[in-house]
Amino acid sequence: MANNSKAGKFAKTEGMWGYIMVAPTIIGLIVLNLYPFIDTLKLSFTKTKPFGFYEFNGLTNYINMFTNADFWRANLNTIYFCLLTVPLGIFLALVVAVMLNTKIKGRTAFRAIFFLPMVVAPAAVAMVWKWMFNTEYGIINTLLGHNVNWITNPNVVMVTCAIVAIWSAIGYDAVLLLSGLQNISKSYYEAASLDGATKIQQFFHITLPMVSPTLFVVMIMRLMSSLKVYDLIYMIVEESNPALTSAQSLMFLFYRESFVAGNKGYGSAVVIWTVLLIGIVTAFQFWGQKKWVNYEV
Amino acid sequence: MKSNSLERNQKLRTAGTYLFFIIGSIIMIFPFIWMLLTSFKTVAESMQIPPDFFPAQWIIDNFKDAMASLPFGALYKNTILLIFWRVVCAVAFSSMAGYAFAKLNFKGKNLLFSLVLVQMMLPSQIFITPQYQMLAKLGLTNTIFALVFPGLVSAFGTFFLRQAYMGIPDEISEAAYLDGCNQWQTFVKVMVPLTTSSMAALAVFTAVFAYGDLMWPLIANTDLKMMTLSSGLATLRGQFNTNFPVMMAGSLLAMIPMVVLYLFFQKQFIEGVAMTGGK
Repeated sequence: MANNSKAGKFAKTEGMWGYIMVAPTIIGLIVLNLYPFIDTLKLSFTKTKPFGFYEFNGLTNYINMFTNADFWRANLNTIYFCLLTVPLGIFLALVVAVMLNTKIKGRTAFRAIFFLPMVVAPAAVAMVWKWMFNTEYGIINTLLGHNVNWITNPNVVMVTCAIVAIWSAIGYDAVLLLSGLQNISKSYYEAASLDGATKIQQFFHITLPMVSPTLFVVMIMRLMSSLKVYDLIYMIVEESNPALTSAQSLMFLFYRESFVAGNKGYGSAVVIWTVLLIGIVTAFQFWGQKKWVNYEV
Repeated sequence: MKSNSLERNQKLRTAGTYLFFIIGSIIMIFPFIWMLLTSFKTVAESMQIPPDFFPAQWIIDNFKDAMASLPFGALYKNTILLIFWRVVCAVAFSSMAGYAFAKLNFKGKNLLFSLVLVQMMLPSQIFITPQYQMLAKLGLTNTIFALVFPGLVSAFGTFFLRQAYMGIPDEISEAAYLDGCNQWQTFVKVMVPLTTSSMAALAVFTAVFAYGDLMWPLIANTDLKMMTLSSGLATLRGQFNTNFPVMMAGSLLAMIPMVVLYLFFQKQFIEGVAMTGGK
């Protein structure tokens, strides 16, 4: 009886405590995210005026955007960047993860080495790669014995950025994939070995299907962050670089329009478009996963 | 006969794995070694063709020059404060909200939680312009508060800690209130200590991303003295176009503290990120 009334009192205060405990987060999300989201949407239909004033201008930003060559170029650049980085990056990360999943001495050390770029600021990572890719004095051209304009050639600059991006992300993706691999029961491999399956057969018939849910998560994540690529390109490609328009991603365009050129309305239209693009690509991924992701077992 | 060839195969495979890891490790580490070696060379030496691997003389002038062109003391201080407040806010507020969403019943819970989910799915850039304008209107740009601002609460942290609390059986909180704890005491004294590994993972994750973030610090704080290591370093990119030794020295100074922390706590770093993985 005594217990019951205590429990009753406890339950009665539950709702109140629920509100108190979510309050900071919910207020924060409203002020920092919900309101800014609506405001960005609104801004995308306005023209930026001096002294912080805005004037409603309907679809003008969107029309300007869709008729602007730089905008379409930024779309192509972003998609090109994704095509260069996502398939190869995930393939390499899977190879590293499979290798890390074998019983060899020093695997913790190797894991730590591959993961290292994650704890270095992208700004510092970009700096050193920019130096190594330097046309005249960079070590890469010295080793190649050939002067490639890695950073200023419009046809090459995106490949350069992609190499740095893959190198930066491989350890992170491998660690995520490794945790998926470690969940696969050893008994499958034992049974397959008894049946005489080779390691390669085991990889395609056991490992790949069993790790496919993790692979899918990593792929979605990598694709989303590649569509939002900004910091590496910002660091590698300066305003004065003749290859700027060939390396300008959507988020770089957004940054330059909103905060360098001061066209916050136009910039907002670009960011809204990018979010839609990410949404469409992600929806396609979820639709396509039924064909290759294995959720059984 | 057959077992012999199997054994040989196994040995070959192990050798192949090591070869793979050794080549891979060289590719992963070489840029940092090259950064270190370049930072001790003179400009003329760095431009020498073909380059010498080691500097002829290990000079520290580049570090002096880097420290003269960037206020590293202030950058370290700002970065530490940014990470500290982001981590404290993310862990404290997300713990509270995560617990409430996982364990307490109140009206409108699902609606409020959907706000968390929607924020998680939207890229942060969609919020940046209005966030900046709010700060500018209040005259709060170029402050530590401005750096912390978008990370005062964490939708991802809320989601992540909610998962942690969902894994704790209800019997534990029932036992706590039978012992006379009220809701708040149950949360602080009984539940929070059960999620330390998740909180640590969230802290590591928040710290690594706050440290690496570039766009927001560049926008919010344009005064060099109020920048972070990342955004401060970015100001060097056009300034010393041909003086790579100074840029390497600056980059090294910016990355050293996090790398040292990583060397000591690499297990926590990797597991923290692997646990939170998916964001």
